[in-house]
Amino acid sequence: MKAPLTWLRSYCDPGLEAAALAERLSMTGTEVERVGRVGAPSGDGFVIGRVLAAEPHPNADRLRVCTVDAGQGESRTIVCGAPNVAAGQTVAVALPGAVLADGTKLRKAKLRGVESAGMILSEAEMEVGDDADGIVVLDGAGAGPGTALADVIAIAETVLDLEITPNRPDCLGIYGIARELHAITGAALAPAPWGDDAEPTGTDGVAALASVAVEVPELCPRFTARAFTDVIVGPSPLWLKARLTAAGQRPINNVVDITNYVMLLTGQPLHAFDLDLVPGGEIIVRTAAPGERMTTLDGVERSLDGESVVVCDRSGPTGLAGIMGGQVSEVSEGTTRVLLEVATWDGVNILRTSNLLALRSEASTRFEKQLHPDLAMRAQRVAAKLMVELCGARLAPGTIDVDSRPRSMDPLTVGYRPERADALLGMRIAPDRAGEYLDRLGFAVESDAGGALEVTVPADRRFDVVREIDLIEEVARVHGLDEHLPATLPGGGAVGGLARHQRLLRRIEDLLRDAGLDEAVTWSFVDRDRGGVPGLAERSPVSLHNPLSEEQAVMRTDLVGGLLAVAARNLAHGTDRVALFESGRAYLPERAPTGAAPLRGGFAGSRPAPVAEPHRIAAVLAGVGGRAGWRADDRPVDFYDAKGIVELVAAALGVDVGFAPTRRAFLHPARAAAVRVGGSGAGWVGELHPQLLERIGARSGAALELDLEPLLAGSAAGEEIYEDVTTHPAVAEDIAVVGDADLDAGTIRAAVLEAGGELLESAEVFDVYAGEQVPAGKRSLALRLAFRAPDRTLTDAEVEPLRARIVAALEATGARLRG
Amino acid sequence: MLDRIERIRDEGRAAIAAAADAAAVEEARVRYLGRKAELTTILRGIGELPAAERGPVGKAGNEVRRELEGLVEEAAARHERSELDRRLAAEAIDVTLPGTPPVRLGHLHPLTRTRREIEDIFIGLGYRIAEGPEVEHDYYNFTALNHPPGHPARMLQDTFYVDPASLGDGVELYGSDGAPLTAPPGPRDVLLRTHTSPMQVRAMEDAEPPIFIIVPGRVYRRDSDATHTPMFSQVEGLAVGDGITLADLHGTLLTFARAVFGEERDVRIRPHFFPFTEPSVEVDVSCFRCGGSGELDRERCGLCKGTGWLEILGAGMVDPNVFGFVRDRGYDPDHVQGFAFGMGIERIAMLKHGVPDLRMFFENDVRMLEQFR
Ligand SMILES: [Zn+2]
Repeated sequence: MKAPLTWLRSYCDPGLEAAALAERLSMTGTEVERVGRVGAPSGDGFVIGRVLAAEPHPNADRLRVCTVDAGQGESRTIVCGAPNVAAGQTVAVALPGAVLADGTKLRKAKLRGVESAGMILSEAEMEVGDDADGIVVLDGAGAGPGTALADVIAIAETVLDLEITPNRPDCLGIYGIARELHAITGAALAPAPWGDDAEPTGTDGVAALASVAVEVPELCPRFTARAFTDVIVGPSPLWLKARLTAAGQRPINNVVDITNYVMLLTGQPLHAFDLDLVPGGEIIVRTAAPGERMTTLDGVERSLDGESVVVCDRSGPTGLAGIMGGQVSEVSEGTTRVLLEVATWDGVNILRTSNLLALRSEASTRFEKQLHPDLAMRAQRVAAKLMVELCGARLAPGTIDVDSRPRSMDPLTVGYRPERADALLGMRIAPDRAGEYLDRLGFAVESDAGGALEVTVPADRRFDVVREIDLIEEVARVHGLDEHLPATLPGGGAVGGLARHQRLLRRIEDLLRDAGLDEAVTWSFVDRDRGGVPGLAERSPVSLHNPLSEEQAVMRTDLVGGLLAVAARNLAHGTDRVALFESGRAYLPERAPTGAAPLRGGFAGSRPAPVAEPHRIAAVLAGVGGRAGWRADDRPVDFYDAKGIVELVAAALGVDVGFAPTRRAFLHPARAAAVRVGGSGAGWVGELHPQLLERIGARSGAALELDLEPLLAGSAAGEEIYEDVTTHPAVAEDIAVVGDADLDAGTIRAAVLEAGGELLESAEVFDVYAGEQVPAGKRSLALRLAFRAPDRTLTDAEVEPLRARIVAALEATGARLRG
Repeated sequence: MLDRIERIRDEGRAAIAAAADAAAVEEARVRYLGRKAELTTILRGIGELPAAERGPVGKAGNEVRRELEGLVEEAAARHERSELDRRLAAEAIDVTLPGTPPVRLGHLHPLTRTRREIEDIFIGLGYRIAEGPEVEHDYYNFTALNHPPGHPARMLQDTFYVDPASLGDGVELYGSDGAPLTAPPGPRDVLLRTHTSPMQVRAMEDAEPPIFIIVPGRVYRRDSDATHTPMFSQVEGLAVGDGITLADLHGTLLTFARAVFGEERDVRIRPHFFPFTEPSVEVDVSCFRCGGSGELDRERCGLCKGTGWLEILGAGMVDPNVFGFVRDRGYDPDHVQGFAFGMGIERIAMLKHGVPDLRMFFENDVRMLEQFR
């Protein structure tokens, strides 16, 4: 909402500079986004002048040399190019030194050989209208030459650009803002402009000229109409054009300008019909037939649905209720009779239709916030006076008033208990101060013996202030929160802290960071075909109904896709190696778990989430592997680099993880493993497929993605119990096992551990050998075995039979002990 | 005989002192102390001397022998040390070459760091952390937060809706009134949460007051330009308990702002409007770049645009209508009160670290990530 300062000050002037005024408004809830300006930076150097003579320019056909009395004691010569300049006119003059609206400083200048000491101004040059062709003629302004121009027209207007919150449609009108200024500063408020009405001088009563039938009273709580005859349509007076221009509206003609002006003043939109274009003066308010079409004032033909409300004449829609008028009955230069509609619409319906048609207007942004029916007649009265005054119109006696307002719009009285306010705010506001603030805001306040207030809500605030808490807010903000509110801390001694899963999640993220990975945060939404990465699009995603772009059309079902794109981008920048991880959610179109399982998507609340949102970590290593720097070995990234990360995480959590060969379309088919924890899947790890490597511009790469919930569920981290390992130390023994080259280490290790039983504490592979020392097609694995009993130091005699069992178990797998 | 021994001593001393390396020392040792050395021969033949000479010659001979042995040992050690020194000197390396780090240094994302910093401040103030769904029911995102259907405040946040056809079979869906859907879902029943506030109601459904939680997480709005990304992150706060006041909110946020931006900071609260808080406020922190003066080196401070203040969050007292949705969980709107607040993590990270463009957080350029240790 743009509020020109001179207009605002004509109703309430707290005597503050624009900046101070803006600050005061902002600190009480009316945010001032900008203090702007329309017209010149100041009125200095702008005066009223009288054209004494206007002679042709000796050297230019289209210029005139004018002699102008600008009140400086002597007349001056001004060269003027406007076709309408003539002797005898009172005009607006900028003297040399004046700074014009476009920021240029006017100087004496020779125009085709004639020196010009000033400039005669047009509307556009003053930014008080949009006429740029001719100069403004101010005959009848009642001001003599030399009078400061700013005294006659607002040529240097300061405009407050206000952000009005949706609960305050009353501040979408200048008078409402003035009332707000009055409340927060205590400065006097001028009487409301709707205090008096125009004299009806028409011959026929309104009922003889028009009729209104409202078929949908629940969507149209009130419809008022007045008729005007003998209307002379023409340009508006300069003061009106100036106010509209400053408020951001383009002047059109006096009738349309009046409707806009009254809306900007009162907050209540109006609509003027050319009554002669409404057959029989008959108005019907109804919902549209589904698919019914009409052309709105902006020249667009629109197709309506069955819930859109239309204002119709006998032959069809002539206006889209509360949003925009229709072309059929538009007021034009030839209009002589005007029907002025001021109605109240159902806000929800207006918002719905305006969203449906993607058509927002000054009217709809007000109506959608629900205006009160009492506002309608205010606007009728202000408009009627202006119609008479500015268009020479005669007001037909009477007003058509179809008032169907529901009881929910009846006057409302709300109680205010000062002690309740104090207890909520944590500061004391004296009851009489509270009463004063509410009174200034336009509430009717009565106090009872106990100090409580009975507060009647004005129509302007009827839907915003309905409870005691709403009154408390009004009182608190006018009192001044920033100035008065103490800063205390809640009592109660609540204990804060991270939950276990949150602690472990941080541990894992820190671990990955300390293992040399950089954390990335990638978009939750991705493109439907996942950038063409094979296999990622296999899982059907949660799709957006209204995505911003195809690139962000569906929710990700994995984290690795985003990391691959980040890796590719960084490699393209010239980085030779990337090591990235992300900790975040995938979104799966599945039933979400119930109960507290936040890492699986089981959240607080009575209603489970619509989809499953498991928390995952993923990592991508790409480019050069091994160590960096001048001692780099430049080896490629391989499977074991990624698997090492999985094992590091598992070790930090104290979880046993298993690996088994698996396939994913984007991974090397023979170098990928499923990760399992306690028999259930927990993710995957693998080398990237060579074709994918080529696509992301990496010469080698590996990746992993893990579900955190199974990992954390199997973890005892943080809950360890001390185990005595020094009294009875372990007996270590190394064995070398020769088996077929495709007999995997996991099978051998599992067989060893199984055979070793409880006394075999661990069996770790510490060397792998294939070559001359073993037969072709075979390989040798070296394992370090640790035997330990908690209650005694093991003897050779005890270990020997275990060793025999291990040898037997190995032979069962086709392997044997070497040497 | 004694003269001979004295001569041997002088010669031995001179020879050992003159030995240039370990080999020369050894040579001197053999010559003066070896089995065939003159001194050894003298001492060996001592029994053949006249009785009166045996004593003095034996004493002097042994003294000289001990002295020379000591000198040899000393010289040998000296030469060994200097030879080691020479060898080690030959092993010199360039100590200015870079070291070999045990691992490359990794980095947490600046948003994670900022989020944790915020979390830790509130943990210190007695809060716990709650997580909530990002794909959410309309009911929690809007209705239960006092945005009735058709309410213009719903327009404030341009919402991403989820295509109901893409949801799995058997998911539980609810209408905007919170009741289980019996009819097939409409295009507006499931959405991406536009704020972290839905967790206010979820958390209250699960726990009676007092409740002190913060809710960090991703949120989504259908908006994309220099100052908006369609995805960003927020931290919600909710404190409901006995007699919690707006002044308590003020103090809490002042404490927070000072913890994040420095002890000298101030906060300023401006009344505002949010549908789910009443009264509602916006909170500014005094600019840490210019100290709140709005001026830096006699120019307008670019960070706060000369205002001296930086807007950091929205907050307010929980609207009684919100409590009305969890009345049966122990939240009688006439008796409980508390506050809620919500802040953007990106905004705070941008302010703190001078990140000029919101979109940089999601580009994950390693050259940017590496700057945040
Ligand atoms: Zn600053």
